[in-house]
Amino acid sequence: MSEVKKIGIAGIGTVRVPQKIRTAGLGSCVGVVLFDETRKIGGMVHIMLPDSSIAKNGEFNEGKFADTGVRLLYKMLVSEGARSLKAKLAGGAQMFQFSGGGDFMRIGPRNVEAVKLELKTLKINVQSEDTGGSYGRTIEFNPENGELHVKTASSGINII
Amino acid sequence: MIGPFGNITPFHLDILKEIGNIGAGHAATALSSLLNKGVDMKVPSVKVVSFHEITELIGGSETIVASVFFRVNGEAPGCMFFMMPSLQASHLIGQLTGEHTEDWKEFSEMAFSALQETGNILSGSYLSSLSDFTGLKLHPSVPATTVDMAGAVLSWGLMEISAVSDYAIVIETAFTGMNDQNGESLKGHFFLLPDPDSYRKIFNALGVPLDE
Repeated sequence: MSEVKKIGIAGIGTVRVPQKIRTAGLGSCVGVVLFDETRKIGGMVHIMLPDSSIAKNGEFNEGKFADTGVRLLYKMLVSEGARSLKAKLAGGAQMFQFSGGGDFMRIGPRNVEAVKLELKTLKINVQSEDTGGSYGRTIEFNPENGELHVKTASSGINII
Repeated sequence: MIGPFGNITPFHLDILKEIGNIGAGHAATALSSLLNKGVDMKVPSVKVVSFHEITELIGGSETIVASVFFRVNGEAPGCMFFMMPSLQASHLIGQLTGEHTEDWKEFSEMAFSALQETGNILSGSYLSSLSDFTGLKLHPSVPATTVDMAGAVLSWGLMEISAVSDYAIVIETAFTGMNDQNGESLKGHFFLLPDPDSYRKIFNALGVPLDE
């Protein structure tokens, strides 16, 4: 029996074997997976924006931002008994190509940079990634074997 | 209703809906003359929806859609999308260019161009009526076209609003009228996603300010 937990935009969640975890339609958003290979638990967060300091109101959804989202996922996994965590990333695309447009248009790459910065602070290594490009991705993580399946509309499934 | 939208009441949503209707009317006329057949644009729904629901409107975040994206520049900036499921888009392309390709991966440059031009005409007429109605200067950026997962495409337009909220106001417009080979009408969607600060400007311009 394999149950799949679904994570929405700005969502966050953890699973343990035999559950899998998945998020659909990552564009410029970044799907971050943290997992403990030996204990076979893992979690995923669907990040939209790089930095929570732009949140204009006091309360916000921590899963939305790279800094708060990665940290929250880390805390959740540690409290569930995870010890040596590794990371896998996917997403951070630039969906439309424009001339000009400034930082707004570069949001995908900026999300990836921000996630990596936060992972560095937490001393978590990025084991593999499938980021950039100009296409959407749907990802599914299996804590059983640590595989992250990255599906794109045009070229099928890539396992990282 | 709280948050970045201020006190938006059903009355305010109705006004947005009316603007949508007028815009849709102009857009339908433009599309009719392009295709040389009657096109109808349905009464739009105006909804406050969560990020999750917004992708459900088009059939789920993994649905492959053809999208033309515009950034709305001017006094009330925002984002605008013209979207069709890929199969519907291929029928539209067929009617415009005579090119029949069911598989979107084989869309030619000409096909993309036809799609982009349709989006361009529709959004141009939509925006100009919004602009006339509010007296605000609004103009679309150059369009960008892609075929990909709906979630991946739409989340792009949610970027501005997501800094302040988990909800967006969606001014949705569906058009019908052209037929595919089976005689079923083609459907497309418009999404207008004003930036957080733009709501206030639009309502002020209409003389129905949002109460603090």
